[in-house]
Amino acid sequence: MSAPVKEFFIDFQRCIGCNACVAGCSECHTHRGKPMVSVDKVDPAHSAQTAPMVCMHCKEPTCALSCPADAIKMDENGIVHSSLKPRCIACRNCEIACPFGVPKISEEIQQMQKCDMCFDRTSAGKKPMCTTVCPTGALFYGTMEEMKRLRPHSKPINKWRFGKQVIETKLWVMVPHDVDEVVVDWPELLNGASGPIDLAVKLKEYFEKHGVPDPEIREPLPESMPEARPDETEEAEFL
Amino acid sequence: MRELADTLRYFAGQLHWPSVRNASLLTALLVLAIVVGSRNLQNFDAALVGYTYACVAAAFAVFYRYSVWLTKPPTKKFWRRGWQLCFQPALWKNLRSPRILGEAVTRKLVVQDFVWRRSPARWLGHMLIAAGCLLAFAITFPLVFGWIHFEMGAVEPDHTYIVSVFGFHVHELPLAGFFSWLVFHGLVVASFMVIPGVMIVMYRRMMEEGATAVQRFSRDFLPLILLFVVSFSGLLLWVSYEYLEGYFFTALAQFHAWSVIALLLYLPFGKLFHIFQRPASLGVSYYKAANADKDPARCPVTGEAFAPKMQTDDLKEVLGELDFDYSAPDGKGPAWNEVSPRGKRILIARAHSIARKHKFD
Ligand code: SF4
Ligand code: SF4
Repeated sequence: MSAPVKEFFIDFQRCIGCNACVAGCSECHTHRGKPMVSVDKVDPAHSAQTAPMVCMHCKEPTCALSCPADAIKMDENGIVHSSLKPRCIACRNCEIACPFGVPKISEEIQQMQKCDMCFDRTSAGKKPMCTTVCPTGALFYGTMEEMKRLRPHSKPINKWRFGKQVIETKLWVMVPHDVDEVVVDWPELLNGASGPIDLAVKLKEYFEKHGVPDPEIREPLPESMPEARPDETEEAEFL
Repeated sequence: MRELADTLRYFAGQLHWPSVRNASLLTALLVLAIVVGSRNLQNFDAALVGYTYACVAAAFAVFYRYSVWLTKPPTKKFWRRGWQLCFQPALWKNLRSPRILGEAVTRKLVVQDFVWRRSPARWLGHMLIAAGCLLAFAITFPLVFGWIHFEMGAVEPDHTYIVSVFGFHVHELPLAGFFSWLVFHGLVVASFMVIPGVMIVMYRRMMEEGATAVQRFSRDFLPLILLFVVSFSGLLLWVSYEYLEGYFFTALAQFHAWSVIALLLYLPFGKLFHIFQRPASLGVSYYKAANADKDPARCPVTGEAFAPKMQTDDLKEVLGELDFDYSAPDGKGPAWNEVSPRGKRILIARAHSIARKHKFD
């Protein structure tokens, strides 16, 4: 019998902004010291809400299609990989095109790197790094059945709408039962200051006053960093 | 018979015919250059004909793949922009354009300091392989195309060789001496660069955790093995004729020839194609230089400058050609790709709050 298929679920409402995922991700040797997961403050002027973002592994990846160097490949499991080192020319197209704001460009090494769902781990039956350290299960890796059992009030969907563009993803996002797609709209941006005082305008003012916060860890971790990978067998199930 | 016809039709359907046309034209030019350059095949070395065929076939495949690659909307855009910016009059003030090009070629193609920052060991290995391969190509191609050939020169007082290039005698080389040793042992020198290079890279591939996590056999090891087999068999050939009186020479020569042919035919398909693709990075330098003093694209959410305006505009067009429609919901205002990555993530979190009706359970 083959192993049950495990999926990656994001539950934004559970994020408490602890940045454990960021720290866990930074430990990977393929991008040592640089996290591929982002945790953003959604509206820092008014609330403590934070949101994690990993690559959603789009079924039709905008990043790969907009890459002039053909450097981004999807594998047979639907995982969209970091750019191929010999090909990537660090042009930033993918970074600007990705609807989820995922790819990270390093000018230093002239390469785009991004979350690849720890495919070296997942292909060996392990969980992605971030999901092993997330204390709330905002980032969760497990079977569909498990998820349904653990979160009866939510359901997983993988359909997003950006304006007119519909994007389906390999990863799942948890939403209430009456929602079938996440609609990302930005109409308020059109109204500018004359429209209702809403998030975008508030944010804009906030950022203008306080500068853009930078949640990314810039300092590379020391080379001799101790191995701190959690032992898979001792891992707690987060309910 | 019918199956064969169907298969053929299938493959014909898979081919990109305009690129077949481009590749055929360019390959025809190469063949013409071989015929003319070798003075109607007069200087053509018949013993090397296998190599020549492989070179021509590989050239066709490289031209074809390059041509297909250029039809992809983002690549086409970059290609056109690159050339346009390169020749843009504004960039020719104080000869800025050639200077940008000079710097980009030096840093990105010659010195490759970005590889050094990935890892010094990787850089050393890559440099050795790259330099060794370029040297070997620079010797092999003119020889197998009959563009360079050697004739016996004087016998008295010293033996000399006459070097002719495209059929013109350009130099008379004394047979003894360091320079002619170098000329006749260029390929040996090349293998003494490629072999240690392959060793360094192989070692890294086996020991470095970041590398072992993501590598694949066919993509990462196969080219190294091919390079090793070619260089090592070439080296054995030299040992055989120089020190062992031609021991096993014929078999070795055949083996070497087949390995080279395999490498040549692999060139257009695998990892090594980056040799041809990489110069596209020069276009990026032009993009940056040409937009350095222009107003950048600013994120309507965070207000941060996150890209050259030219790039977000170009990308908008490219996304349209790719049948994506990320334009603003009511058609006015910024498209989704004109929002910065962080701005997008913030609006996504917000969209999720809306989906939850701002009530978290
Ligand atoms: S989320 Fe972004 S980076 Fe990930 S596959 Fe989709 S377009 Fe690419
Ligand atoms: S930065 Fe690299 S991976 Fe991204 S689009 Fe440009 S070449 Fe492709």
